[in-house]
Amino acid sequence: MLTWVKVNALSIRMAADSTLLLGLVEEFVSGQQDTKATETAKGVKTGQFTVLQLIEALGLSLTSSQHETRARGVKLLSQVLQECYSCLNEREVEVLVAFYENRLKDHYVIIPHVLQGLKALTKTSALPPGSAVSMLKSVFQDTHVQSLMIQERSCVYNILINLMESRQQELKGLGSDFVFGFVQSMDGERDPRNLLLAFQIAQKIIVGGYEMGKFTEELFEVTSCYFPIDFTPPPNDPHGITQEDLILSLRAVLTGTPLFAEFLMPLIIEKLDSDVQSAKVDSLQTLAACGPVYGHKELSQFLSGLWSSLRREVFQTSSERVEAAALSALTSLTACLSRSIITSDSDDALHTLLQLVLTDCQHHLLEPDLKLVWPSAKILQAVAGASYRAHLRVGTAVMPLLLEQYINRTQSTQRRTLLEVLQGFVQPSEASRPAEGEECVLLPFQSSLCSVVFSALTETGAGLQITATRILSALGQQTGVLTPHDVELAVDHLTTLILQEDDPQVSGAVVECCGSLAPRHPAAFTSRMLPKLKECIFTERMVQGDSVAPAELGSHNAVRQRCVTALARVACERSLVQESSPVLLDVLTAAHTGRDSFSVDEVISVCHSLQRIAEHAPHMEAEIGQFFHDVIIPRLLGLAVQAVVQDEGSCGRSPLAEEAVLSVVAPVISSSCSRLNADCAASSASRVVSLFLHGDVAFLPPTNIPLLKTPFLQVSQLVCLLTACVCSLPQSVEIPEIDRLLEELEEVSCTHTHSFTHTSAAKCYAGLINKRPSGPALDTALERSVKRASAELDNSASCLRTQALTLLLWVTKGLLLRYHPLSSALTDKLFSLLSDRSLGPLVADGFALLMSDSPDVLNRGCHADVRIMYRQLFFSENSAKLVQGFNSAPPEEKAGYLKALSHIMNNLPRQVQLTELPALLPLFLEALSCPDGGVQLSTLSCLQPVLLDPPAPLTNQMEALIPRLLTLTTSPAMKVRIAALRCIHSLSRLPDHMMLPFRARVLRALAAPLDDKKRLVRKEAVQARGEWFLLGSPGR
Amino acid sequence: MCSININDPEHPLSLEELNVLEQVRVRVNDQENAVSVEFTPTIPHCSMATLIGLSIKVKLLRSLPDRFKIDVHITPGTHASEEAVNKQLADKERVAAALENAQLLEVVNQCLTSKTV
Repeated sequence: MLTWVKVNALSIRMAADSTLLLGLVEEFVSGQQDTKATETAKGVKTGQFTVLQLIEALGLSLTSSQHETRARGVKLLSQVLQECYSCLNEREVEVLVAFYENRLKDHYVIIPHVLQGLKALTKTSALPPGSAVSMLKSVFQDTHVQSLMIQERSCVYNILINLMESRQQELKGLGSDFVFGFVQSMDGERDPRNLLLAFQIAQKIIVGGYEMGKFTEELFEVTSCYFPIDFTPPPNDPHGITQEDLILSLRAVLTGTPLFAEFLMPLIIEKLDSDVQSAKVDSLQTLAACGPVYGHKELSQFLSGLWSSLRREVFQTSSERVEAAALSALTSLTACLSRSIITSDSDDALHTLLQLVLTDCQHHLLEPDLKLVWPSAKILQAVAGASYRAHLRVGTAVMPLLLEQYINRTQSTQRRTLLEVLQGFVQPSEASRPAEGEECVLLPFQSSLCSVVFSALTETGAGLQITATRILSALGQQTGVLTPHDVELAVDHLTTLILQEDDPQVSGAVVECCGSLAPRHPAAFTSRMLPKLKECIFTERMVQGDSVAPAELGSHNAVRQRCVTALARVACERSLVQESSPVLLDVLTAAHTGRDSFSVDEVISVCHSLQRIAEHAPHMEAEIGQFFHDVIIPRLLGLAVQAVVQDEGSCGRSPLAEEAVLSVVAPVISSSCSRLNADCAASSASRVVSLFLHGDVAFLPPTNIPLLKTPFLQVSQLVCLLTACVCSLPQSVEIPEIDRLLEELEEVSCTHTHSFTHTSAAKCYAGLINKRPSGPALDTALERSVKRASAELDNSASCLRTQALTLLLWVTKGLLLRYHPLSSALTDKLFSLLSDRSLGPLVADGFALLMSDSPDVLNRGCHADVRIMYRQLFFSENSAKLVQGFNSAPPEEKAGYLKALSHIMNNLPRQVQLTELPALLPLFLEALSCPDGGVQLSTLSCLQPVLLDPPAPLTNQMEALIPRLLTLTTSPAMKVRIAALRCIHSLSRLPDHMMLPFRARVLRALAAPLDDKKRLVRKEAVQARGEWFLLGSPGR
Repeated sequence: MCSININDPEHPLSLEELNVLEQVRVRVNDQENAVSVEFTPTIPHCSMATLIGLSIKVKLLRSLPDRFKIDVHITPGTHASEEAVNKQLADKERVAAALENAQLLEVVNQCLTSKTV
């Protein structure tokens, strides 16, 4: 009884479902309601009805004699299948495939829906064996693909792609018929979207190893007819297909297999004759792409043809792009030939090619005055850079020639050319470096090469000397080329040049060369160069006594300067750091004691050199870190403390007490501290804190430092050194007595009247706050300091408002970087201060500080907590407030808002600038007419990069923008004039049709700055005006 | 006063690099508003001498304030038809007429296009 009821209920529900389904079908087919398809699909997916039921329900429409009705029926089925292909079983798929194959023969209006259905079926995993093949056969047989519409063609290609992905083995069973079918279907395809699909299929055929048989040439023909691709996407193309996409996918097909070589090579040679530059470049790049795939067998018969085309492209080059492409194609061909294994019965194709190249190019090297030297040299270098074998062969032929020429020629221009050519052969490329067990190519010419280089170093021509140092660096990088004796000679030559050569370019090159040789040959530098440099720094002046002419004094200072630079540059290895940095510290000591009278500038440059050493020394080595910790940091701190204390005692001011010097000593300490390992860092922290809080001088080198009476922090400008040390340590390092330290710093930053000191203290405070883990301790400190600063700021009579503002700015920055919740409240406080009469301008400039990277604290180098994209976050949170503030502010306060905004915009990444600019454009235009020079300048510098590729909204504003820019070219501030001219220059690169209406006006207005009283302005004006003259005229 | 960077019509180098123009052969008199430039063709029969001269003249016209009188001529004794070329370059009408010739203007502009393109 119970069962009967159940069955009955089930059948009632089924009956209801089938009426529902019939209704849906009816409404879709006759009622033309497309939405019913999704409803039906939903029903199938949820299991309400099966596909079989759907077909039964469709019965009448599928067998109707009206082809429109049949089309609607098939369409419904196909659309449902597209949604539900995954719930089909193998039996159902088989039936459906058979049905659809049969429908392919039906009326043409039905075909699109049939193809959609087939496409859906190709996605199922339940495709029974054999149906892929039969499906394809029917498609190839019963449809003529190229007479279908774009959508349907794309459908056919997608069917192929899906089947190739899932049923590769079965399709391969079709043999070359598959390739033939594909060739027929894509023959004549014109739509770029479909071409991308077709090329993708062709590439799969090639890479997947489908049998091409006799249809190889057909497949090549049907694809290569598009080469070289010339395609300009229509404006506002929604599909975003570029010429580059097409070129790359076609190239992948053409260069995919060596089987195409016999067709492709003649085609490339033919296309290289083209006059169209892009066609040439495409052909050359395609040729280069063949290199990795082909072997010598494919290339050997085309070598002479290819070579003569390539040679022509380089010798008679019309553009650098073509030349570069030709050279890289040549390298790729040579690499290909060098790779292939030679069988005993074939010629060495590499030998053939090199012979061709050498015959045509070698003799041009003998004529250093003529035009073809450089193209020939470039070709030979491109070939030599392809492989070790090629380098060996070319080097053997060319090196003796060049060396002999150098000795025989006497004119310095010729020698320079020869040496520059030589330079290109000395440096092996990645591919031509000798492998294990192979000798360096240069070894046979080692001694004559060295003698040529050394003789060039002693020549007078700057060009020769510079090239010689470069060759020397290249030689020094290769093992075994320089003998120990040569290295010593080279170091001696370099030392002499440092001491004697005045030309800044030459000495720069010499120092570079020292830097690259030193790590490989440290012993020669420690024993031969460093002592001489040291001697020169300390003695020469004394020998000359006190009757020194000013000119001589100047030149002596220059020599000392060069020695210092060289010392810093060679210190890139442990022993060299340990030898050279003490010399620099000695200079500082000497400057402090007043011996040798070093000027403040010299002391500053010594500090820069020390900083370079700290930044570049190989800090992986613990020993160097230890050395910095043990020697350099204590000595620097000791000197600074001595200098400042002495200053207090007023017995002659030491240069080290100068603010300018202290602010360059700080980065030395900062970059050393940021690289210390954990132990050294912790010990540095405790030493420095106890020095500053308790006046504990025990770790400083033993000198006569008097006992410090006053609390140390109060006395001195040395807070910047404290900042440098404690703010650059890694976050993990715990700073002892940090709460007391913070209190002291807050006190100094709020009360000290000396701006250098209170700013340093504020920075230090912010640096520590930034790294402090969140918690009650941090909150208390913040609350206290913010309260104090706010109280000062609210009291408009206070004389410490600047101090309070500085502290507030730095604290805001420290918190902003780590996304601390308090930062937004502080930002709002700053916004409210923008309208303050006396502090307004300072606040506006403060936004530059908030947004830019500060070099000394709160950057990633100092291990500060800097979250990514904090600028974007800041901008998106605050730009609306700024705009609103601007709109509601009285006219005299508007400048502050504009300034703040332009500072923020200026520091945003370009991508963000471009998207944000349109909304802010009216403000920017207003900013250009704002009388404040700073606002104008920062707006211009923000605009200039945008103008190179302006977003559409900006292009509509030219009518407003150009007159404003032109007015600014006569601004009283030079920097504004230059920036405005640069903007105008950038505009000349915009499309002619946009700019032509302004041409006459701009040219007339630019005549005035041509006669500007500043040379830099005239230079910009000449460049901008020249480009505007070319605008829209022939021959540009 | 102004740096000159003009390309040779049939050579990839600039005129300065080819020593066609040298700083010693440029005289500027700011008080009297006069600029005089001598250029040295690469060979005495150089067929491009007029074109080079015209390019220099056009470049100067575009780059200098209009208060200057610009005189461009060949370094004495370095070209076969020196006088004829000098005469052509000094003639205002002929220079103006030459620049109305689109083809000629195209070549001149090519010489003046900065190399970065």
